[in-house]
Amino acid sequence: MFYRESGDFKKTYQKDSQTFPIKFDRMRYYFVLAVAFLVIPMFLTDYMANAVMIPFLVWAIAALGLNILVGYTGQLSLGTGGFMAVGAYATYKLMTAFPGMDMVTVILLSGLITAFVGAMFGLPSLRIKGFYLAVATLASQFFLVWLLNKVPWFYNNSASGQISAPEREMFGVIITGPHATPVAAYLFCLVFAVALAWLARNLTRGRLGRSWMAIRDMDIAAEIIGVNPLMAKLSAFAVSSFFIGIAGSLFFSVYLGAAEVTEAFGITVSFAVLFMIIIGGLGSIFGSFVGAAFMVLMPVLLKNVLVGGMGWPTDLAAHFEYIIVGGLIIIFLIVEPHGLAQMARVLKEKLRLWPFPH
Amino acid sequence: MKLKQLATIALTTLAVSAPVAADLVFPSLSYRTGPYAAGGTPYADGWADYFTMLNARDGGIGGVMTSVPECETGYNTAKGVECYESLKGDGALVFNPLSTGITYQLIPKATADDIPLLTQGYGRTSGANGAIFSHVFNFPANYWAGASRIVNRIKHEAGGDIAGKNIALVYHNSGYGKEPIPTLKALAEKHGFDLTLIPVDHPGQEQKSQWLQIRRERPDNIILYGWGVMNQVALQEAANIRYPMDQMFGIWWSGTENDKLDGMASHGYKAATFHNVGSEYPVYKDIQKHVVDAGLAAGDGSNVGSVLYNRGMYAAMTAATAAATAQDMHGEKNITAGMMRDGLENINMSDAVMAAAGLPKFGPEFTGSCANHGGTGQVGIQQWDGNKQAWKLIGGFESPDNKVIGELIKADSDAYAAENNITPRDC
Repeated sequence: MFYRESGDFKKTYQKDSQTFPIKFDRMRYYFVLAVAFLVIPMFLTDYMANAVMIPFLVWAIAALGLNILVGYTGQLSLGTGGFMAVGAYATYKLMTAFPGMDMVTVILLSGLITAFVGAMFGLPSLRIKGFYLAVATLASQFFLVWLLNKVPWFYNNSASGQISAPEREMFGVIITGPHATPVAAYLFCLVFAVALAWLARNLTRGRLGRSWMAIRDMDIAAEIIGVNPLMAKLSAFAVSSFFIGIAGSLFFSVYLGAAEVTEAFGITVSFAVLFMIIIGGLGSIFGSFVGAAFMVLMPVLLKNVLVGGMGWPTDLAAHFEYIIVGGLIIIFLIVEPHGLAQMARVLKEKLRLWPFPH
Repeated sequence: MKLKQLATIALTTLAVSAPVAADLVFPSLSYRTGPYAAGGTPYADGWADYFTMLNARDGGIGGVMTSVPECETGYNTAKGVECYESLKGDGALVFNPLSTGITYQLIPKATADDIPLLTQGYGRTSGANGAIFSHVFNFPANYWAGASRIVNRIKHEAGGDIAGKNIALVYHNSGYGKEPIPTLKALAEKHGFDLTLIPVDHPGQEQKSQWLQIRRERPDNIILYGWGVMNQVALQEAANIRYPMDQMFGIWWSGTENDKLDGMASHGYKAATFHNVGSEYPVYKDIQKHVVDAGLAAGDGSNVGSVLYNRGMYAAMTAATAAATAQDMHGEKNITAGMMRDGLENINMSDAVMAAAGLPKFGPEFTGSCANHGGTGQVGIQQWDGNKQAWKLIGGFESPDNKVIGELIKADSDAYAAENNITPRDC
């Protein structure tokens, strides 16, 4: 019934090694893309875009980036907030210094700048591992936030250290700034999210991704079979930071429109993204999206149900949000320690056998 | 192309089908949770209770009932944006987020949506320049006025000369705390004092290293720009190193009932304020009768008369006055957010208006205009009395160094206009 392979013969190697070899899976994937690109924009309100969909896409990109580093390469990092801040401030500096530059270039360049910074902070990973590396990346988090707060050049000497995104358009449609329509901003983020997910999926299937996973599973064995740990680890840091930098860039320019480094990119951001990939599933592209959805959408949903639907006082609802989300995290981790992606995998295996259990 | 048309049609249908609110909506972006709840709760209570009282006593504003939908921001900018988006659909007339970070976030959005922001005593100081910030109103006073008034007071207490003195600014390391730095730097140059900057990171529970530095350098005066738990910790640390309390000055967000120590420990601590203190005003009888006794209070009623409650109520009174002004101007009872903006711009907060609202001489008189969204910037000085456990106004409302501030406001708002391609309005 679902996920059936019978009768689906692959006649070329290319077809055999495609990302979704099962037809049902492939159709489902196209269906999701069609809904995201064609259906959602028709029903998008300001609130849906700015409070739900855009933050979801931005956090999904950040989670993808961290998943490459933690999930695929096994290098524990707590520097996500700092790297997102680098992406955001790079965007701000590029947007204000080169007003004519188009937004795609700005965002890609911000990603590249973050990739460079990330690779620099990845250097200690060659010597230290595990929790010690987590502490080293934690230092990068605090250092980057401190630096961006300390040096007025980064925020063009504004009185309060706030950065705000000027208005920019693409193909005549405004995508950043207050006059951007929700549809334009959403589609802009969606294109990045889909392109980056596609890139991550294909990177992890290729030589580079395999070298990451070899390092993750056992670094000495990987070295013996010819994986260069320097290249593998640094490339993982660079690619991961590239993704996170783009997330920070979109977070600032499209989603919030203004940001302040200590408030928007603090240590809580690093933890939030780490929780997303742990809940979603380490080493899974799908897991990054589900984890981001869980962490972003659940509080908004709960707030709307408790305050809007049931008329609770806002402070009580806010406290209950923490309790419910925290409880759900614990339940999910007890039921399935490998995250929501593993749940989906198990479900898929069950469905393949269904309705015959053996 | 077709898709875009379809999307536009879908969006307009959604926009049109949204319920048309019959009330005048004054949303409250409050924070009753998190490290800043001690400040956010009384303010939100004051804001809500005043409108409840207007509904019960006068039947709303100009005969139209008011409503105050609340949304919890937790002092977090991302949640603030979520709240803004959800409340603006309810026909919000004005936003008062009580957070400098959220204000910065909302300035471009609210300007585009034609909804005014009322940010009394916080937010972006250069918002006082109405030619560039058409939708931001921060009268009667702003951070720079507060900083300048404190420096003037220090100068006054030092006998008129503060050259060579060392003044330390202990500030919340965020947009809020950093606001006064340009002004203080300019004033340091003008008056010849040395300025030491001592940042405290959010939320400010840990300040040992900062106060070690203060103990070493022994500044002649300390200016405190703190919020939430940071204030109490700063005062406690100051008491621990036996820093003389009467040489410490807080901005108004560091001058509330939360910001004191038990007994006489913080006796003599001073703070700037842009409104009067205490609950000896006729309006409190109405609030007690129509709101607290009727069981309609937003909180548990225990905050009535506290500094932050007063401030929230003062903001509500300003918003209500502006709404009445807008109703008169446009001859329309059910005003829109755009009309509310006009009302704020043409507000005339005279002694007569304040007396009629039951708050005689509560704050300085001010008027709005196209160019001036910041009022006169008159600021008073209050002092904590450990014996009575209450604040007492010791320095009247005086104008700050408006020449220095005016130049800085112009420079900062011009930079904003250049960055965001804004053509200043012709005022």
